[in-house]
Amino acid sequence: MTDQAGEQPVRSERAGDVAVVYAGEYLNKLSGERVERECRRRLEEGCRALVLDFRQTGMVNSIGVSILLGVIDAAERAGASVVFSAVQHQAAQVFEMLGLTRHVRIAKNRTDALAQIANSAAVGVAPNKTK
Amino acid sequence: MPTAETAKLIHAFAALADLGEEIAATRDFDQMVRSTLHVVLGALGIRRGAVAECDAAAGELRFVAAWGMGDDAPASLSFDPRLLEESLRDSADPAHFFERHLKSNFRAELERLKVGLVVPLVVHGELVGAIMLGGKATEEAFTPEEREVVATMARHIGVGIYNHRLLREVERRAQENRKLYEDLRAVYRNTVRAFAIAIDCKDKYTQGHSERVGKYTEIIARELGWGEEEVDDIAIGGYLHDVGKLIVDRDIINAPYKIDAKQSSELNRHPAAGFEILSPLHQIDDVIPTVARYHHERIDGRGYPEGLTGEQIPLCAKIVSAADAFDAMTTDRTYKRRKEFPEVVEDFRKTTGKQFAPEVVVALFSAILKEVDGETRERRFARLLGRDYLQPDLYRPLIVELLAELGQGERAAAETA
Ligand SMILES: [Fe+2]
Repeated sequence: MTDQAGEQPVRSERAGDVAVVYAGEYLNKLSGERVERECRRRLEEGCRALVLDFRQTGMVNSIGVSILLGVIDAAERAGASVVFSAVQHQAAQVFEMLGLTRHVRIAKNRTDALAQIANSAAVGVAPNKTK
Repeated sequence: MPTAETAKLIHAFAALADLGEEIAATRDFDQMVRSTLHVVLGALGIRRGAVAECDAAAGELRFVAAWGMGDDAPASLSFDPRLLEESLRDSADPAHFFERHLKSNFRAELERLKVGLVVPLVVHGELVGAIMLGGKATEEAFTPEEREVVATMARHIGVGIYNHRLLREVERRAQENRKLYEDLRAVYRNTVRAFAIAIDCKDKYTQGHSERVGKYTEIIARELGWGEEEVDDIAIGGYLHDVGKLIVDRDIINAPYKIDAKQSSELNRHPAAGFEILSPLHQIDDVIPTVARYHHERIDGRGYPEGLTGEQIPLCAKIVSAADAFDAMTTDRTYKRRKEFPEVVEDFRKTTGKQFAPEVVVALFSAILKEVDGETRERRFARLLGRDYLQPDLYRPLIVELLAELGQGERAAAETA
């Protein structure tokens, strides 16, 4: 299995204490581990919410799913919330079927995701965790 | 649009394909186990899990990979290895041992890790490990079909672990064998050297002769382009070429005067005697007894014991013959001091083609020339002959001249043929 996105770093950005991490075209072991590392790094930085953006992700395989479950677990342990944004058809079906959607919020796109996080923070839904 | 059940099935099948690929393609054991754990978790959306390898002799389940457990996973879980042995006496299937003992033994630990499903990995009746799984992200119970998927994957992972172990074992043994072989080889070399010293002890004037002949032999063979093992063998032949002297009367060998005909024929028995001593040793290469037998033969047929000529004499014997003579000329003997280097060159100039094979003499002097010219970092001749014996500035032209002449000689011979 070759990962065309091979050595490309995972794109991510910071919006206040929210981190947006962009998953690649095919979320498998190679790219999944990079996404995971980036998420953990952002959590360690003290981000209280993670937005995982899947706008480019056409496929997620079993290893990709497991890695995402690990990211959700790490975020929970860090007291951070997770939002999946712009999830495409195949990935959406897999996430729904395997119950990932029960542990994250879903947003149409990045803007919607950031708005959701801002709203929940305003009404005090998201856990406040400072590192 | 497939139904939910079909979609799950498709995902599980795709995961099985991922599993096969991870097991086959991942060389690193820990990484292979980690990937296979991911596949199982991702196939069914399981939030946490671990794979442990079983060391039956040590009574240990060693955690190789854990996911979604934070820092909770222990390094290992211990059990009494005798229990496994006893259990295997009652039932050949270690899964029974697993069900009866381990699960209850580790219950508290498994609860702490929030592990609900534990599947032993059994291959060829051997407990190779276990896979431990927490709950699904859907928070639903495992369906019978999902348990079947886990069982199938567990078999694959078990085989993966088993094969990796086998590979590690084979690699370990191969390494052990290599080490053993090298040790034996060293013992062999040391024994041979000790033997060479014993041979030289008989002759108080030629101390170190055998060892030096071994070294010159090695240099010549290497110069002729021989391979490492062949060089090793012929060097040993060099060390042992005079082993037959062990049966010759010490007084004859050490005679401070020229020996008479009878004594000479006694001394000349040593090549045949050497061959008889060495040829029954099947462990050593044929080159070694051959060298002992023919190292006093001459190209012109005037040597002994068989009076062979030219091509009849094996190359290995020609090499040792030149090495032997070179050392004899360059070391002090019973009744004469060693020759200066120009005399040695002159001697070889006269005797090459009669006593010595030209290609061997060319190799010997080419090696000397390389050292004189500083082309080799090892100063092997300087060490054997003493630092001042070879005087590069004075003697280099002599070597070049000899080599040119021998080259010329060969070419001339080829032209007249
Ligand atoms: Fe000899």
